[in-house]
Amino acid sequence: MTLNMVVEHLMIVCVAVIFTVLLGLPLGILAYINKKAGKVILWMVDILQTIPALALLGVIMIVFGAGKTTVIIGLVLYSLLPIVHNTYLGLTEVGPAIKDAAIGMGMSKLQRLIMVELPLAFPVIFTGIRIAAVTSIGVAVFGSFVGGGGLGSILYRGIHIQNMRLILSGTLALMVMAVVFDFGMSWIEKKMKTGMGYKN
Amino acid sequence: MIEFKNVTKKYDNDTILDDISFTVQDGEFVVFIGESGCGKTTTLRMINRLIKPNKGNIYINGKDIADEDPVKLRRSIGYVIQQIGLFPNMTIAQNISVVPKLLKYSKEKCDEIVHDLLEMVNLPFDEYAHKYPSELSGGQQQRIGVLRALAASPPIVLMDEPFGALDPITRASLQEDMKTLQKKLKKTIIFVTHDMDEALYLADRIVFMDGGEIVQMAEPDEMLANPANNLVKSFLGERVNNGHHLELKVKDIMRTKVVAVRKSRSVAQCIKIMANRSIDSLIIKNEDETYLGMVAISDCLTAPKNQSIESLVNRDCPIVCKEDDAKTCYDKLVESKQKYCVVLDEERKTVGIVTWATVARAIAGAVWGGDE
Repeated sequence: MTLNMVVEHLMIVCVAVIFTVLLGLPLGILAYINKKAGKVILWMVDILQTIPALALLGVIMIVFGAGKTTVIIGLVLYSLLPIVHNTYLGLTEVGPAIKDAAIGMGMSKLQRLIMVELPLAFPVIFTGIRIAAVTSIGVAVFGSFVGGGGLGSILYRGIHIQNMRLILSGTLALMVMAVVFDFGMSWIEKKMKTGMGYKN
Repeated sequence: MIEFKNVTKKYDNDTILDDISFTVQDGEFVVFIGESGCGKTTTLRMINRLIKPNKGNIYINGKDIADEDPVKLRRSIGYVIQQIGLFPNMTIAQNISVVPKLLKYSKEKCDEIVHDLLEMVNLPFDEYAHKYPSELSGGQQQRIGVLRALAASPPIVLMDEPFGALDPITRASLQEDMKTLQKKLKKTIIFVTHDMDEALYLADRIVFMDGGEIVQMAEPDEMLANPANNLVKSFLGERVNNGHHLELKVKDIMRTKVVAVRKSRSVAQCIKIMANRSIDSLIIKNEDETYLGMVAISDCLTAPKNQSIESLVNRDCPIVCKEDDAKTCYDKLVESKQKYCVVLDEERKTVGIVTWATVARAIAGAVWGGDE
């Protein structure tokens, strides 16, 4: 196991999460604004989540060939669920009184979204991002099957040559990464909530 | 001026508002009251187009609001709700300056507004402006809610049960603030409540609604005096009973044990009567029992004792008729600075007197209830 592999793994996860946010946030907002489109979107991300990760990567590989692109696309599709869902949920759960006040004071739909609803929903959205990031660390392991590299190849090799040390060191590295991500992002989340007056 | 013309609102087959029409003048504080589901909140929410009527028109200053851009319309109308609805992600200063910012006021202008408004309700700027709503008590939050509605100086302010969720003491203090603010700012205020005390205290006019219709639209005193039906009366409750005190007649409060003597009596006899009864004046009547006037003991003591009392009679005491409104006594007492009023019946016969003590007791009865 080399440091390069850890960095590579982290890179894949980070790039994937960034793209997931870029894609998932607008989808979640759209689902919130347009109830009809919302139903279709939520249903689709649900379906994506039910496909086994390995199968999903396999299908994508047929189109995009082996490589990092395939892994990243797979991770993005696979992590859409928590981000789209939490964006939708966070926006829906903004108190009706606050929405009523915002409308009654003369905010347009866009102003409401930017000034009030998104800031208030952000902690929930961020939870979605955290879940996406942590699961991506695990799912990215499958990347080695489609030539994506990362820590998955260590586990793969360890299993092949039945080397317990190799397997354990790979697993440990993944676990540490997941815990550090989870812990760090939870901390930011808590900071955000108290900072915005969510004391209760 | 706000004008509703034949406004009807239906949800499926439920009629929420049934053909209501009314006019609110500029600077008027109008309180809508009624049971839940009577249509009062629906009426309020139609004014800033949060709800659209099925039929009828609503005019503000002669313009049909259906033709206006709802977003622009709402920015020109203050809006306060029971759940307060401050934005938790914004500081107090940011909350107050939401509408000014939407209207693209300069930053300096916004700051100035926040300063002025906080000062008006005695919340020091330095202490409160940068706090978040969750750091304030419910009463303080709603104070900010009211300020937020006033920030862009809208001529009309809609208030939907704004103090309904507050404890009684806080509520009373906000009501007081509201009254002071209104005196200063002269806004047109549409205020919804189910609390009759609040309505009576704040309103220039009360609109009583039931089942989507206006039952009565009247000034508080008028509503107390003449409730349109039993429902209005039950809402007024105790206060209607107090209301009958407001209609007190002189005969209801007067003292009937009075001493009256004929004018033919001598001064000596009169002094004796007063001494026996420990009183300092006597009512003197004519031979036909009608009222002539009064004598005071001080006058009697200096006069020749066997003279007829008639020569000492004075007519300083104000006279009221027993069917007069009780308030007449009070007014006459104040005006004449005498110790009492003499009460006469239709035949000008003395039937009683009203002293300051009698008036005080009647007022106490009206204010605090209880027996007299």
